[in-house]
Amino acid sequence: MYHKEKSIQIKNSASALYNNLSVLRIAPRRLTYFTVVHANVVNMVSASWDGLNYSHRQLQSKEPNVATSTSLIMQAAFCVLPSRDLLVVTSQKGIQMYESDGSIMVYWHALDTPETPTAQAVFARGISAVWENYICVGVSSGSILVFDVPSKGSNITLSEVLEEHKESITDMASECSGSQECIADLVSADDGGNLCVWKSGEEFQLLNKISGFDMSCSSVKLWKGTVVAGYGTGQIRLYEAVTGILHAEVNAHARWIYSLDIAPFSGLLLSAAEDSLVRVWHLTMTPETNSVEVAHLHNECVTDTQICGAKFCDGDGYAFAVTGYDLSEIIRYTQS
Amino acid sequence: MSVRTLPLVFINLGGEMLYILDQRLRAHNTSEDNSEKGVWSENDRKRVLNDIVWTMFSKPFMDELLKPQQLYSHRTLKTVLTRLAHSSIMRLNPASMDRLYELMIMAFKYQVFVCPRPKDLLLISYNHIDAIRELVKDTPAVVNQVDETHRKIIEVYASSSEGEFQLLRQTLLIFFQDMHVRVSLFLKSQVQNPNGRFALLTSGPVPHRVDVPGLIRTFNSKGREVRRSEFPTGGSYTSPIREGSFELHGDRVIRLGTNMYNVNHPEETHTSKVPSVKTDDAPNLLAKEELNLLARLMGSMKAENVPGVETGFRISLFTTDQEEEEAEASGGAEESLCGVINIQAMQDEQAATELARIAGQFAEREEESDNPSSSKGDDLLAMMDDL
Repeated sequence: MYHKEKSIQIKNSASALYNNLSVLRIAPRRLTYFTVVHANVVNMVSASWDGLNYSHRQLQSKEPNVATSTSLIMQAAFCVLPSRDLLVVTSQKGIQMYESDGSIMVYWHALDTPETPTAQAVFARGISAVWENYICVGVSSGSILVFDVPSKGSNITLSEVLEEHKESITDMASECSGSQECIADLVSADDGGNLCVWKSGEEFQLLNKISGFDMSCSSVKLWKGTVVAGYGTGQIRLYEAVTGILHAEVNAHARWIYSLDIAPFSGLLLSAAEDSLVRVWHLTMTPETNSVEVAHLHNECVTDTQICGAKFCDGDGYAFAVTGYDLSEIIRYTQS
Repeated sequence: MSVRTLPLVFINLGGEMLYILDQRLRAHNTSEDNSEKGVWSENDRKRVLNDIVWTMFSKPFMDELLKPQQLYSHRTLKTVLTRLAHSSIMRLNPASMDRLYELMIMAFKYQVFVCPRPKDLLLISYNHIDAIRELVKDTPAVVNQVDETHRKIIEVYASSSEGEFQLLRQTLLIFFQDMHVRVSLFLKSQVQNPNGRFALLTSGPVPHRVDVPGLIRTFNSKGREVRRSEFPTGGSYTSPIREGSFELHGDRVIRLGTNMYNVNHPEETHTSKVPSVKTDDAPNLLAKEELNLLARLMGSMKAENVPGVETGFRISLFTTDQEEEEAEASGGAEESLCGVINIQAMQDEQAATELARIAGQFAEREEESDNPSSSKGDDLLAMMDDL
């Protein structure tokens, strides 16, 4: 179903972080951007569709004080809003937002770090663009910061802080089907496996809370009103977002899941884990019976590699890309 | 990232160090008494191990490690581990220490990498502690200290969630990133490939709390299962085995962290760098925070004053006749790091010189930086000279 393509070499190896690959497709320029985090650096590659041109850029984590030790980056993700695309980078020190090509930093938000370290680690993790003009970022305390983003310029402001989760945020996702009918806009996940479903607005509204089973949910997606969540137990669960009804449960992987992605036009689901396997599934929604079907389509094994990032490169799922811990390349697969 | 890595780092790296030192000191020709010059007797070996364990598990040292703080650079860690290794009569020169450090790091990297689930990092640590307890069992005072520390570790990590353990593991993996030193023991048992990367199996028992992959279950809105189907996993997994014990004593079940060095195969500590790998280019300047940590850790290690009447011992820590032949046979085709290393065990009067040398390295770095607070650096150096 898929075959391996030529890999893209990156300047450093990928770190073992959840969702450690972000992809932005720029159709008008026939380019795709990829970002992969390595310790305190974000490696950006711009790849032309004809496979002939690759350009690289590295972004450093920002530190207020050079004398202190380096700040590790937790995640880098592209945020696609109707008016603009931004690249958001979260670290132990705070949140940086760049223009999508990484050329200019447009916003910096510092996290409150105590003078002497407490037992709780401090960092930001979990990034999602929501609806027209919001970017939401999770924090290790469980808070979610909601930023209001104007259609251009750097006048980004912190609009709201959502305090619902009690454990560190792991991932967040917004409704990706493009459908206007969906009530829920955003889902957030934490280290205890708890999921919160939100409706965006001037004041975000909590629509539902789905309890975890004491196992971290490391990656989450929201598609056609369905939450798709990947857990440390290797399980994938599908919930109806607003009601919390469990639609399906898949014993998908033998180790911790690190990344999930959905191709919104085709309903393809991608899952990747520390067990070195990437799996492709197909989701079918049947609104009449209010059911969801999950069908397994394909496996890829990246030998001896703990996968940390996997994303579709386009909305149909025609191609996907994969990163692995200690691997200095982005591996690509295309449908045969 | 995680602020709770240091205690586990020292227990596991320290444990690996003790395994290697124990094996190398045994492997060398021993005599029953100290009559032969340049020979390590059974008593000498036990004494070295006891001294190191005593220092490592001492309350002030452990208390420093248990404070929530970031994991720092390889340079800082290596300096502290060198000081630990030197808490007895044995002295290792920098080349030996480098080789020892590589072995320790690769062993721990392997254990962290293939650890079935993040919480098993504790079981790996407890395997090290159990083995350390066994090494010093003849000295009740030291065993007590090991037990005390073990109790404290159990207490500190009791409330950590799986997610927090995974964060700890991810912090360690970033620390070990891009290190692919080949260890002959690993190559032989095929847990490591010739390119330096570790093997990951897609078969065997799944970790505790994980279901064997392969099943898709669908439910209706009432929560009843309406469909069940299977999919091909591309692997051959089996049910989990029983969970190991997290108590002070007990069967840990997993074997990671146990002593893998066999007295009969001394060449198993042979390492070689993969030619294409770039070396660790850590910056020369240590951040202020790291210098402070270093000073605190060094300060908390009491130097046991051994009377200076010991005669100097000359010991080759990492070669046997076989290795020397191998080194000649390979004819320098591999990197020069595979060469013979001779270690001189220095007398105690030179311990101060050794520390001064380490302190001196920091003095150089302090001079290099045009940091306005260089007087603070001078205080640190003075502190270390007083040790």
